[in-house]
Parts: sequence; structure tokens; C-alpha cells
Amino acid sequence: MGKLTIQDLKKIKENASKKMTLRGEKGDIKVIVHMGTCGIAAGAREVMETLMEELGQADHENIQVVASGCLGMCSSEPNVTVEIQGKTPVIYQHMNANKMRQVFKRHVLKGEVQTDFALARG
Amino acid sequence: MSKIRTQLMLCGGTGCSATSPAVREVFEKELERQGLSEEVQIVETGCNGFCTLGPVMLVQPEGIFYQKIKPKDVPEIVEEHLLKGRPVEKLFYVEPASEETIPTMNEIPFFSHQMLRVMRNKGLIDPEVIDDYIARDGYFGAAKALQEMTPGQIIEEMKISGLRGRGGAGFPTGLKWEFASKSPGDIKYVLCNADEGDPGAFMDRSILEADPHAVLEGMIIAARAINSHKGYIYARTEYPLAIRRLTIAIQQAREYGLLGEDILGTGFDFDIEIYEGAGAFVCGEETALMRSIEGKRGMPRPRPPFPAQKGLWEKPTILNNVETLANVPQIILNGGEWYSGVGTETSKGTKVFALSGDVNNIGLVEVPMGISLRTIVFDIGGGIPNKKEFKAVQLGGPSGGCVPEQHLDIPVDYEEIAKVGAIMGSGGMIVMDENTCMVDMARFFMDFIQDESCGKCTPCREGTRRLLEILNRICEGKGKPGDIEDLEELSSVIKESALCGLGQTGPNPVLSTLRYFRDEYEAHIYEKRCPAKRCVALLKFEIDPDLCSKCGACFRHCPAEAITWKKKDVAVIQKDKCIKCMTCFEKCKFGAIF
Ligand SMILES: Cc1cc2nc3c(=O)[nH]c(=O)nc-3n(C[C@H](O)[C@H](O)[C@H](O)COP(=O)(O)O)c2cc1C
Repeated sequence: MGKLTIQDLKKIKENASKKMTLRGEKGDIKVIVHMGTCGIAAGAREVMETLMEELGQADHENIQVVASGCLGMCSSEPNVTVEIQGKTPVIYQHMNANKMRQVFKRHVLKGEVQTDFALARG
Repeated sequence: MSKIRTQLMLCGGTGCSATSPAVREVFEKELERQGLSEEVQIVETGCNGFCTLGPVMLVQPEGIFYQKIKPKDVPEIVEEHLLKGRPVEKLFYVEPASEETIPTMNEIPFFSHQMLRVMRNKGLIDPEVIDDYIARDGYFGAAKALQEMTPGQIIEEMKISGLRGRGGAGFPTGLKWEFASKSPGDIKYVLCNADEGDPGAFMDRSILEADPHAVLEGMIIAARAINSHKGYIYARTEYPLAIRRLTIAIQQAREYGLLGEDILGTGFDFDIEIYEGAGAFVCGEETALMRSIEGKRGMPRPRPPFPAQKGLWEKPTILNNVETLANVPQIILNGGEWYSGVGTETSKGTKVFALSGDVNNIGLVEVPMGISLRTIVFDIGGGIPNKKEFKAVQLGGPSGGCVPEQHLDIPVDYEEIAKVGAIMGSGGMIVMDENTCMVDMARFFMDFIQDESCGKCTPCREGTRRLLEILNRICEGKGKPGDIEDLEELSSVIKESALCGLGQTGPNPVLSTLRYFRDEYEAHIYEKRCPAKRCVALLKFEIDPDLCSKCGACFRHCPAEAITWKKKDVAVIQKDKCIKCMTCFEKCKFGAIF
């Protein structure tokens, strides 16, 4: 890397901030994958992996992904909750890789709730 | 491309890094095993501040705080928390007073009463990665100073901020820079004092370990203000981690052209070198420090001339403390007004303290000026361990004084602290409980001062030795009438006639303990009694049958088998076998031994 100008400094800041959004300010959108033993048995790992892939492609900095415990609704696992600031959280049930992709592209990125697999709102 | 969803901010400060590398190793293995290496990233940070709980780790973005992590806990954290999302409760923080379990860092009182400015990046950035610092507005203060401001404007902003030197003396930083900027000469120097010699102090070390670039940036701005092109950081060799991170930081800044020639294309040149000092306390004094960099024996010289006129190699020089410099970039970026928005009339901004001694939460804390000492000791510090009573808090180490219970509500403010006979100092804060003997405490600091006196001037060289002799005698039960008066007279002569700050402030611990705990000196001298039961020579090693609970703890722990005890009987110490090791004193919960 050669000598920086002030423009370069701004660019570095922008790029490095992306990496660091996790550490400081909270994102506005939270996607929670419920990964209790039941969820994992039902395929939550795969759902999480798909979500991470989608997130990587989306290049969107305000999304937080959280692995969380069992919701208590083991029969409908894998469950995923999408929380968008200012809106009621939506719980999705019986998730798999395809449904996760759909929820991510439509709900997380565009705000359209996918009522087909929504278990409940809030 | 995959993304990271969780970051493990593992503390790599000096305290935690005694064991955190082993913890990190197991984390790497377990994350791999659970297939999480791609999603979960480990970031090694500088000192988190809560050293007593080390190794500590913050899980982001949730903010879950784990303490005292052992390598064997790691598989559980990875499987339960990182994979299944169930935080591991047994590693949460437990509030000592209420015994309440607190999962997230921001809710722990130790953190929630603090105000982070100097330490704002601690635990958030990897100190060995310059981009992390830049992401948090790093070097934007320097960019502003170099591109948009004149030296005069920089100095004006510093004056408005009200920042005063954090090295102990509290001299206004803007004024110091102004003097040096007005001194004629083409060659000038900017020095950073990272000698940190006070026993019990580790603020500067932690700042350097957690955020080394902030200090470099502060120096660049200072250099611009006085038009200097060369700086030195005087750091003690005993700080290997701080020196390593500084070296990396300087290297990275040079690669980016933030140090060296034509910084940020502005035409301004400045570079920094580290000078490792051998760890003599006196070398923290400004004139001694400069002689030491010149390659001479570190001894002070009389002032004037002040360093702003004739400093390093006789050239105009400014010397600032690590914490002082770490404040500078934010002052330039946010303005002096912003900075002075926090604090009291004469003391602005925040102050970092190294909290240690008889207090539950030992560690590093940054608080707004004006907060009371009581809040620091009892809310942030969590009070005194083992249900003991608070006795006093020592501020400013060997140059400072103690603040007893009756003054604990005073605010953190240079002038208010001086009024009660202590000093703000550089940030050492040692809490003492009822079992501390104040004469012994004064003796400890005098032993240090006497040892560290460079010997150049007679009042300090001879005077501190005489003070120590008297204090030793008193603690050994050989005190005599007139000793207190001699201590007072000698102290005042040394304070007035010593060459440098070391001698001028050295008697402070004696004077301040005499001011508040004169009765303890008198008990030692006239009654041959140590009220805190600390001075071995004044103890009888007998057991008070009225206080003895007949529990046998002393009997079981005595290494010399000098105690006889039977169930339901008062224990007895056999004086011919007793080796006066104090074990029984520490084990007796009832204060029955005297
Ligand atoms: C004996 C003695 C030791 C000192 N040790 C230190 C030290 O370790 N670190 C420090 O910053 N200042 C120390 N000082 C104060 C420095 O002389 C000087 O005032 C200070 O570094 C100036 O920086 P500031 O204005 O930013 O506080 C010491 C002073 C004396 C008399």
C-alpha cells in the first residue's frame, strides 16, 4: 500500500467499518435462527448456512444474525424469527434452505412478510 | 463469499494474556470442529479493563460478557452458545453485593458508570490492525489538523478543551504547546511519556496496548502545532506488549504514509521513534527523561530553562503523557467545546484510573471528571471484599496522599482532591481496608522513594533515607517521643528544597497519613501497639479467649505446629515454636489474635 491521501483514508474507513458493524452499533434488522437441539436435528444448521451465504452476497450492513435457543415450538422447527426495527417480529416455521432464501430476499431485504410459512406475528 | 455473524472479542491485555492464548487455541479448534470457523471470528483486543475477572471475552453483537474463561469451558461455549444460541450462564458475571447474575456487559455496574473517551476503542478494535482504528475515525483528527487548521488554531482548540496533563502535574496542555510553538528554532521535539513508574499504576500501559494509534495520532497533531518533525516515545522496557504493539503501529502508519515525509500529501513531515527506558522512577520526570534519551544518566536538572525553551538536545520540546496525547485526536475532531462539555469548572473531560488494592473489581476505569470517589470505589469498584470496612484510598502513588472515609464524597477534580491533601496524580488508585496499617503504608512508599531517589540533591538523597529510618523504627516498636515532630519537620524541608518533583512530593504519603491517622502513629510510638495488627514486631502472638470461637482454623493452618487446640477449647500459641509468619492472623475470622 502506498501513501494515503485523505480520500484513501475515507475509503479504508468505509471498508473497515463494514467488518466492524457487529461490534459497535446494532443493526436495524435481526434474523434469529433458533438452534436448540431440536432445531439442529430438524435442519437449522443448513438454514443458518444458507442465511450466511445470502448475507454474504447481499452486502447489506444492517443485518444481524443471531443463533438463539429453542423457541419451545419444537414441532415446527426449524424456526427463524425476523425482527425489523419498528415492526412486529415474524416467526417462520419448518424452514429449509429454499424457504430461507425466499424469506431473506423478500422479507429481510424488501420488507415483504412471507405469510405462507409464517407461524405468527410477534 | 460467506459472512461473519459473531465476533468473539477476546481480551489480550497484559493481565488476561497470561491465559488467553490457551483459551484462543481451544476456541480455534472447537469452532473448526463444529464447522463455525467461517461464521464466527476471534478478535484479540487490548485491555478490557476488568482485569480481576480475566480472561474475559465479549460476544458481539449480543454483548454477552464471559469472565474467568478456562480452556475447558470453551467446548461448552462453542456448542451451547455459538451453535445452539444458549449462552453459558455459569460464566456470567455475578455482582458481589447482590449476588445477581448479569449476562451483558453494558448492564454490569463496573462498566455502566464509566465514560469512555480515551478508552473508547478498547475491546472494539484489534490494536494490531490499523484499518480497525481508521474505521473508528482514526487519523481523521490528524487529517483535519494538517489540512484545515493552522498551528495557532490547533493550540486554540486545545486551550478551549481545557485538557490538563494526565501525567500528574495537571498543566494545561494547550498552554504548554503554545510556549513551545513560540520558542524560536527550526528543530523541535515532541515526546511521549510512557514511563509509568507509580506502583499500582497501569493506565498508560493499557492505553498503549489497546489503542496505540491514538497516541501516535496525538503526537502528529502536537508536532503540527509546534512545527516539530521528530518525536520519541519513552517507554519502559518492562512493558513488552505495549512496545510490541507500538512498534507494529508505527510500522503500519509509516506504510500508509501517516508518519514520515509528506503526511497525507500535505507536505508535513513527522516521524516517531521508541526509546526504551530501563525503568527508573526518576526517568519519568521530564528533565531526567530527556537526559536519558540523550544517552546520559537519567538525572533531573533545575528548571528554568523549561523544556519548551530548552529541552531535548537543548531544543524546544514538549513532553506529554500517554493519556494526555490519546485525548488529542478527539478534541481536534469534535472540537474543544465538545471536550469541555464534561467535567467540573477546572477539570475537563475524563480520567482513567487503575483501581487496585482491597476492592472487589480490580481493573481499569475511565470516569467523567466530577464523579465522586465514593462512586468509583463502591459502585464501579463493587466495594470492599470480605465484608471489611473501608479505610482510605491512596491517590497518586508515592507522590500523592490518602483520602479517608469522611472525604470520600469529593469529586474527581484537581483542586478538590488537592484540598484534602492528596493529588489527582496519574491515575493510581489503591483502596485500603480496615486491616491496613497507615504507618506501614507510608513506610512502603518511603522505601520506594528512597530507593528510587537518584542521589543528585542532598535533601532527597539523605532526607528520604532519614524519613525511612524513622518509619522503620516506629513499625519495629522502637518509636520514641519526638518522632512525629521530626517526620513533619524533615518532610517540610525536603518538600521545599529538593531539586525535582520526586523529592518535592516524596514526603506526601507521610504528611497525609499524619493528617488523618495521627492516632495510629501515636499508638505505635507510645503504646507499642499496631491498631491494624499489621506490624509484626508489635504483635504479641497471643489469643484473646473472649474473642476465640474455638474453631481451630489457626491450629489447622499453622505451618510451625506452634498452636495447640482441642475441640470446644480456646487455642493457645506456644511462643517458643511460633515463627511469627502471620498465617494465624489471616485465618482467624474473629480477630482473636493480637
Ligand atoms: C519522579 C517523577 C516521575 C514521573 N513519572 C511520570 C510518568 O511515569 N509518566 C508521566 O506521564 N509523567 C510522569 N511525571 C510527570 C512528568 O514530569 C511530566 O510532568 C509529564 O509527563 C508531562 O505530561 P502531561 O502534561 O501530559 O501530564 C513524573 C514526574 C516526576 C517528578
